Amino acid sequence: MAKLFEAAGSASSVSGPPTTAQYLSDRVFRGIAAFSALLIIFLTAYILWEVSWEASPAIAKYGLGFITGTEWNSNKEVFGILPEIWGTLYSSLLALVLGGTFGIGIAIFLTQDFIHHRLATIFRTIVEMLAAIPSVVFGLWGIYVLIPLIKPGAEWLHEHLGWFPLFSTDLAGPGMAPAALVLAIMILPTVAAISVDAFRRVPYKVKEAAYGMGTTRWEAILKVMLPTASSGILAALVLGFGRALGETMALAMLIGNSDQISLSLFSPANTLASLLASTFPEADQVQVQALMYAALILLLITFIVNVAGLAVQQYTIRKFEGKK
Amino acid sequence: MSDIGLILVPDETRPTPQLGRQAFEKRALKSGFLTGVTWLLALVAAVPLFSVIYLLLVRGGTRLFSSDFAEIITGLPPAGFEMGGGIGPAIVGTLVMVGIGAVISIPIGILAAIYLAVLEPRSKVANTARFLAKVLTGFPSIMAGVFVYGVLVKTWGYSAWAGGIALSVLMLRTVVLAAEEAMAQVPQRMKDAAYGMGCTRTQVILKVVLPTGLPGILTGVLLAIAGASGESAPLLFTALFSNYYISQLSEPIASLSILIYNFSGMPFPNQIELAWTASLVLVLIVLVFNILARLVGQPKV
Repeated sequence: MAKLFEAAGSASSVSGPPTTAQYLSDRVFRGIAAFSALLIIFLTAYILWEVSWEASPAIAKYGLGFITGTEWNSNKEVFGILPEIWGTLYSSLLALVLGGTFGIGIAIFLTQDFIHHRLATIFRTIVEMLAAIPSVVFGLWGIYVLIPLIKPGAEWLHEHLGWFPLFSTDLAGPGMAPAALVLAIMILPTVAAISVDAFRRVPYKVKEAAYGMGTTRWEAILKVMLPTASSGILAALVLGFGRALGETMALAMLIGNSDQISLSLFSPANTLASLLASTFPEADQVQVQALMYAALILLLITFIVNVAGLAVQQYTIRKFEGKK
Repeated sequence: MSDIGLILVPDETRPTPQLGRQAFEKRALKSGFLTGVTWLLALVAAVPLFSVIYLLLVRGGTRLFSSDFAEIITGLPPAGFEMGGGIGPAIVGTLVMVGIGAVISIPIGILAAIYLAVLEPRSKVANTARFLAKVLTGFPSIMAGVFVYGVLVKTWGYSAWAGGIALSVLMLRTVVLAAEEAMAQVPQRMKDAAYGMGCTRTQVILKVVLPTGLPGILTGVLLAIAGASGESAPLLFTALFSNYYISQLSEPIASLSILIYNFSGMPFPNQIELAWTASLVLVLIVLVFNILARLVGQPKV
């Protein structure tokens, strides 16, 4: 007993109030951490400001006519990005239809007990690996595998169904169809991952209740699981769309970089991001200003789409987990 | 008593519900059909990945794993009709720029995550920073290039620094969000125990929160590195390209992804073959970091 008290009072004890040095280092450390968090806010603001600033001469010069103009000619210093805006939205929409269908299908496949959970893990890894493959590699694959592969089919469609606006031109090589296909492959992992999350958030009891009433598996999925997970799936689609809007390299390699507005799947087109990628490195000062304007518009479009997607996602999380 | 008599209808007159499973009922057929469609969707979705991997191995692998392995890995990119050559400067360039990006983004990212997860998780600054980090995740990667072009390249020209800094902008968001999630999962009781022993907040963070959240943080860091290695859009007009090994960080620098982009459009078979080889090397680098991320992130218990 006596020994115990001795130990507490002896000099070997480490207990005691923090020293001045510890107080100071604590203050400094917390200050640095707060500064780093502020840096993220500062960085985002700086990106927005910098791009707007660089674009301001072009904004002053071309005004809103820049958005409705259809010609990009650096020799005449005429710049308009309507074809690029159209190409960006059209390619992303096509990719969303395709990638969204597959993404949601895979999310159902992975979460609704179709396969053993070990097999599901392997499958999930495959989808995640798809997300890990760099954009340029998909571009290369698109040029040398996908385009030759879809060319005969595209020619047949154009020959026999050429009156239909989607098939009104011939696929000469790069074009909307290969670009949208690769884009669909690239957004599939995003859509699938967020949809899987949405299905996981549906309480298990809900599914049990449906099965308990004698539904078939698909009645349970279509009438109970999908409606319950709908807001999460919507978030997946919106965020996937946002991803598609900004995708650059694969599109720059596959879409043909031609300023056309066409409904045809086989005509070459252009997107805002691939315009930046293909024109920026050789641009002169006037053209750089115009490109900055185009970048600003891309930034605004993706910003709106992403904030909308995040808002829906946040709403879903609150719906199932209660307000935190 | 007559009421009960009314309820007790003789068995024969009552319709019997069919509770058995009927395999060829319309709804059962529909269910079976949709199951088939889902299997098909899942299998079709796996095709591109296997196609890409197969072609990388066949078209890139034959060149890489041949007698001139050393030349491929260390040689300079060939010009025009020149045969042979390699992708040495590009491999070095990718690693150098990812290194610069990592050195900048990892400390800032982890420190910011500490603020978001431990110091002031509910403050206005934290909520804004968290939201903006998510918004940054949705930004097109080319915007990092545009931004760095305006800030650095216009004044100092194309350089390895500019490329690395553009990559750090992209890595930062991944590191912050992953590190925050990892540290937010550290049980409050562990932190309370440390506070109860009289630790300052810094001591709690350095001795309890960081070590406990380390696997998750490392996963985020490795995924950020994997992602940055494969990026090309932000390097196009920050790092540009170079045919030689770098001697200074203030010079334009080669990278695997830009080499693939440049060579893919060339009419020379030798260059296209090298583009496939470079793709294989790039995918291997990305996959190594991805697999490492999975290994360190696995829960220990």
